[in-house]
Amino acid sequence: MCQVEEEYHEQLERVDTPSASKKCVKCKEELAAVVIRAGDAYCRKCFRESFIHKFRAMLGKTRVIFPGEKGVSQNAHKKLRFFPGIVYIDEGGALGQCKEMRQKTTSELCDMFRSTGFPFYILPLEQVLDLPGSVLTPSPLSDQPGSAYKAAVDLFLQRGDSSSDGKAEEQECVSLPAVQESHTWLLQQLIGSAQTLTAKQDLLNTLRQHLLVHTARTRGYSKLMQGDSCTRLAVKLLTSISLGRGAQLAQDTGFSDCRYGDVTVVRPMREYSAKEIAYYNHMFKVPSVVIPNLDTKMPDKASIQRLTQSFVTKLQADFHSTVNTIYRSVWTEVQHHCTAKTFNLISGLVSCSNIFKYLEIKQN
Amino acid sequence: MPVLCSSCSEKRAVLKRPKTGHSLCKACFFWAFEEEVHRTIVAAKLFRPGETVGIAASGGKDSTVLAHVMKLLNERHGYGLELMLISVDEGITGYRDDSLETVKRNQQQYELPLKIVSYEELYGWTMDAIVKQVGLKNNCTFCGVFRRQALDRGAIMLKVDKICTGHNADDVAETVLMNILRGDIARLRRCTAISTASEGDGVVPRCKPLKYAYEKEIVLYAYFKKLDYFSTECIYSPNAYRGYARTFLKDLESIRPSSIMDIIHSGENLSVREGVKMPVQGTCSRCGYISSQALCKSCVLLEGLNRGLPKLGIGKHHRLHEKILSQQPLTEQEERKLKSVDF
Repeated sequence: MCQVEEEYHEQLERVDTPSASKKCVKCKEELAAVVIRAGDAYCRKCFRESFIHKFRAMLGKTRVIFPGEKGVSQNAHKKLRFFPGIVYIDEGGALGQCKEMRQKTTSELCDMFRSTGFPFYILPLEQVLDLPGSVLTPSPLSDQPGSAYKAAVDLFLQRGDSSSDGKAEEQECVSLPAVQESHTWLLQQLIGSAQTLTAKQDLLNTLRQHLLVHTARTRGYSKLMQGDSCTRLAVKLLTSISLGRGAQLAQDTGFSDCRYGDVTVVRPMREYSAKEIAYYNHMFKVPSVVIPNLDTKMPDKASIQRLTQSFVTKLQADFHSTVNTIYRSVWTEVQHHCTAKTFNLISGLVSCSNIFKYLEIKQN
Repeated sequence: MPVLCSSCSEKRAVLKRPKTGHSLCKACFFWAFEEEVHRTIVAAKLFRPGETVGIAASGGKDSTVLAHVMKLLNERHGYGLELMLISVDEGITGYRDDSLETVKRNQQQYELPLKIVSYEELYGWTMDAIVKQVGLKNNCTFCGVFRRQALDRGAIMLKVDKICTGHNADDVAETVLMNILRGDIARLRRCTAISTASEGDGVVPRCKPLKYAYEKEIVLYAYFKKLDYFSTECIYSPNAYRGYARTFLKDLESIRPSSIMDIIHSGENLSVREGVKMPVQGTCSRCGYISSQALCKSCVLLEGLNRGLPKLGIGKHHRLHEKILSQQPLTEQEERKLKSVDF
């Protein structure tokens, strides 16, 4: 036992920690560059491939995006088969940012969007005050039943890629369309009328959603793509439940939301965890801009959204499967109701991510 | 300028209701609380006249308030029920033996018959012995599963028609959150129901009359009515996973008090997608108790305890059920997996 002259001759035990200095689990040749989950170590090439493949598989599996369609995408686009545009809603007015700050952010974003080659639109949130009441009524669905998907793909391939992606009508990025001071003031009054931060965030999300749907509608886009990752959706899910929106969970957090009729909201990034996206952006030098939100730098208990986010993040640190479980349990639980009869005009919360990312997918 | 009660506007307000924020005097608060429970019972048609109802009493604040309110409403509105107290002794020294004294005092105060069932006589194991073998991480599973069966056995011995438990709004909201965090779809559907289905023998239907009462209001009620209750946390509970859901819920309540009701509302309105496999109700092949697998959970847990394999009931083990039933010894690899316990 413990004696003065005792010496320990045996090897000390080593704790087996996951390390990235192993072989890639996919190709088994290269050294792994990134570890996504415990046991999932990929090299650069395989990581990129699996990332891109997941995106394609998501779109193909759900058969929601038809070939030749126009989709307004906030975060992701795919060169193959449909024509995306990019839209950004500038909320600086609601957050109380000064004009110079807003101008600076907008010009950074302009440069970023211009380099993608897609048409892009930068709109101030103040425009939501001028929206007609018709934005709330769902327009009739364009007739595209699922069985026609395969036929549409075949037709598209036969016709050949009428390559109109290149010559997109690129919008000139002027400085923000002149926002009247009075409009900004009105908007701030509106947000200020909600007394709690929770209600303010809620209101902001609803306003943003209306403006997005209206933009997509007026410019002839049939799909609205949002870049919510798995992590963000899990937080959103718990927040919706805490706010009492359990009945609309399927539409709020599912892959597609067809409550608006002619514009369908899709979320192709919902299978990616925030970690994967962050790694991808870092490794492949995807530019991004950090934009503050209403609850940036606020304490944990400032609003329900903020509290839920910190709760899920902390729990995820101790129990690694938290985000996946939350996301999958409700995904299995809720039912899809996409008929015209079950429209919910008080649209749920959609938290658009503020950090922009985009994928460049090479054509086959 | 003293604040007047917002209900009667005559007396001074002595408290602010956590649920609504109204300032109320004592009498109006009592009336509001009791009336809400009465409406819950009537709207959900929980009881029929002439039934014998067993009140699950642990000596804590929820069950004490439940016993008090049930007796009061039974007399005031003439439900025509015969009430009894059922208590479960898990064998936790320093916690359960003290609370059982409280239950015995309650029995005398409310003049209701009392039956105590203990884990020792039903299963041959007390919670203290279980914790020694299992550790502090999964012990709540054992206690919960055993208690459910113990309550049913006690109810059958007393020949009651229904059991009512003191689950309050906070409990139901926590359960909804916990089931989402654990991905337990089957339970998610059932946990917001105010009463369980009532088929088969060996099963006594259960209901939660206090489902819409906030925990804070229950405490206020017990305090102002000067009810006698036991108020300590179970000594084995600090590491339970439910603790995370509880902290989250308390924080939510401090931001927005209506969140508790909102969560219950969301839980009630979640609908299940077609084609999802739901468990089917059957009976356990060993003890005949209600179960959705070949062996009921308490048989599996007991088997694990008796064989010295504490992890047998925790995690997935459906493949081992036939082996256990036929009393075959488990392979060495299986034994090794089930034996390791992290403290």
